[in-house]
Amino acid sequence: MAIPIYAGKLERTWYYSYRVICTLIFLFLILPILIIIPLSFNVQPYFTFTPEMMSLDPAGYSLRWYEEFFASEVWMKSIKNSFSVAIASTILATTLGTLAALGLSRPEMPYRALIMSILISPMIVPLIISAAGMFFFYSSVNLAGSFLGLILAHTALGIPFVVITVTATLSGFDYSLTRAAASLGASPRTVFFKIMLPLVTPGVISGALFAFITSFDEVVVAIFIAGPEQRTIPLQMWGGIREQISPTILAVATILVAISIMLLTVLELLRRRSEKQRGLTPG
Amino acid sequence: MANTYSKVGEMTTNDGVPLKVSLRRSQRKLKLWAFLLVAPLLVFILVSFIIPVVNMTMRGVENPQVANIMPNVVETLENWQGTELPDEAVYAALVTDLTMGRKNKNIGKVATRLNYERSGMRRVITGSARKAAKLKEGPYKEQMIKINKAWGDIGVWSLIKRESGTFTSSYLISSVDRKTNDAGEVVAKVESKQIYVNLFGKTLLMSFSITIICIVLAFPIAYLLATLPLAKSNLLMILVLLPFWTSLLVRTTTWIVLLQSQGVINDLLVWMHIIDEDGRLQMIYNQTGTIIAMTHILLPFMVLPLYSVMKTIPPTYMRAALSLGANPVTAFIKVYIPMTVSGIGAGSLLVFILSIGYYITPALVGGQSGLLISNMIAYHMQNSLNWGLAGALGFILLVIVLIFYALFNKVIGIDKMKMG
Repeated sequence: MAIPIYAGKLERTWYYSYRVICTLIFLFLILPILIIIPLSFNVQPYFTFTPEMMSLDPAGYSLRWYEEFFASEVWMKSIKNSFSVAIASTILATTLGTLAALGLSRPEMPYRALIMSILISPMIVPLIISAAGMFFFYSSVNLAGSFLGLILAHTALGIPFVVITVTATLSGFDYSLTRAAASLGASPRTVFFKIMLPLVTPGVISGALFAFITSFDEVVVAIFIAGPEQRTIPLQMWGGIREQISPTILAVATILVAISIMLLTVLELLRRRSEKQRGLTPG
Repeated sequence: MANTYSKVGEMTTNDGVPLKVSLRRSQRKLKLWAFLLVAPLLVFILVSFIIPVVNMTMRGVENPQVANIMPNVVETLENWQGTELPDEAVYAALVTDLTMGRKNKNIGKVATRLNYERSGMRRVITGSARKAAKLKEGPYKEQMIKINKAWGDIGVWSLIKRESGTFTSSYLISSVDRKTNDAGEVVAKVESKQIYVNLFGKTLLMSFSITIICIVLAFPIAYLLATLPLAKSNLLMILVLLPFWTSLLVRTTTWIVLLQSQGVINDLLVWMHIIDEDGRLQMIYNQTGTIIAMTHILLPFMVLPLYSVMKTIPPTYMRAALSLGANPVTAFIKVYIPMTVSGIGAGSLLVFILSIGYYITPALVGGQSGLLISNMIAYHMQNSLNWGLAGALGFILLVIVLIFYALFNKVIGIDKMKMG
């Protein structure tokens, strides 16, 4: 993409204006997320930069919204709920999803296309319809307003991501490795745990991360299924934004951005690792 | 079977079973194994997701109220022609059913159900049920008409007869802004009550605009990411992936903060003297707000598939076109863009499918004009409690989404989708 020395004036103009356009689009993507970080330290309950903040006066900044967040029983409880529901549904979705992906990627699997589209349907069906359907279902089995109900509902929503990422990893899997291991005398069990699992682990972990973030960020189904005891962070934010948006929400948002940066880093490291394992080291 | 075909000279395994049979047997075992691995998940998704979703949309045609709670009326009305008022037997049945319904405290369901079709029916039913309980003896026809003159209206009776089946098309008819009149014909509702067709149209139109804006914004940066050296593009990719991984509510909140009339953008414009204090722009709680916020949220879904397609296009093609004398613009349009069509298709369908069903963002930043069909379904689920209508609207929405999904599957194939 570097501009050649012999480029004419027109080409140069185009080259630089193209760079400017791209920069603007990248700014559109990233600025809105970054802008709430300084705003969450605003000492005033406003959602804009005060003159003190603009002049970088320390008096314009404070941690009061973070203090409010950490002191609030409701928010603390919702953090606990969010993590426990997300972790439980991630474990369920990852276990079930990985098993299914292993089955689906076997060449002998019957009705593969049909089963695949059933398994990924929670990703396709509009959330409001899923939420309404699950609301009626979990009410009829007395699980609405319970942790188990919310966990199972989030599991269903996270499963497509696990199935897709793990089958994608397996589609590039070299089955001659398992045959080689078997011919060298390894039992099917050993082959699975020593050969197969280590190679698909990056796919499983990234599927698990997707399942985690799906549940951690989910609000529509939670609106319908969660009772007052199961309020999660997104549900709490949803209520907060609708009623009276308080700067505490910006503090929460900043913390959530930090969490997503962490997840992104883990995912990036995994990607590099799996590329290295497959001999596709980035240049 | 096996022995019939087992001839001398055919290949057999050590224990004498023909190879073909033995192979088939082991194949079957493998098949069973594969299926057993999938089975737990399949059962889970079927029971806790597919069946509930189907049930929810089935509520759009289910109609148990009149049939279950007024069985006598339904039975006696069976042979009624609908040309004149029904006879005494029907009125007697009506009194029985109303009295029973009041005693069992479920007559309200019938009242609510019939009120959807004809306003005022709720009071007709509940009021008559209260008074009918006091009637001592027949003939009931005169007395019922005296209690409420609605019972002397053939239209009311044809409504009851029409809604006496266990299935109804009335919710679906209502979701396309139509209704059945007294004569049993399907006609358009009065103009002021026509909301759903417009809303579906608006949802499709807004999803379409968001998709187009996403293509326009995603194409340049996907091209840049695909053509830069890997180390640099990986770094820039973070700018696409971070929004992708950030909570939906955080991204919606941030747009409220940016766009509201006392927000960052308006403050900035006032500070730069582009607008004055009274001229603050209304960029949120309307369609503009919904489109801006949803474009931002869905843009990564366009960039990622586009990028992965562009990554596979060798730069030599463009060079070949240029060396053959095409000017850069022609080469780009005639050679490069056609090769990215599958990426554009994948991204567009993904963005389109996701935005048709969007609920959270429009509800928070859409105000009145920026609401989509999902918000209407949520309204009927939570506020008006007209679950039948919610089911019918949901059914139509689901059908639209499934059509686009089938298209997506045909064009790209879901298993080729990449994430992250």
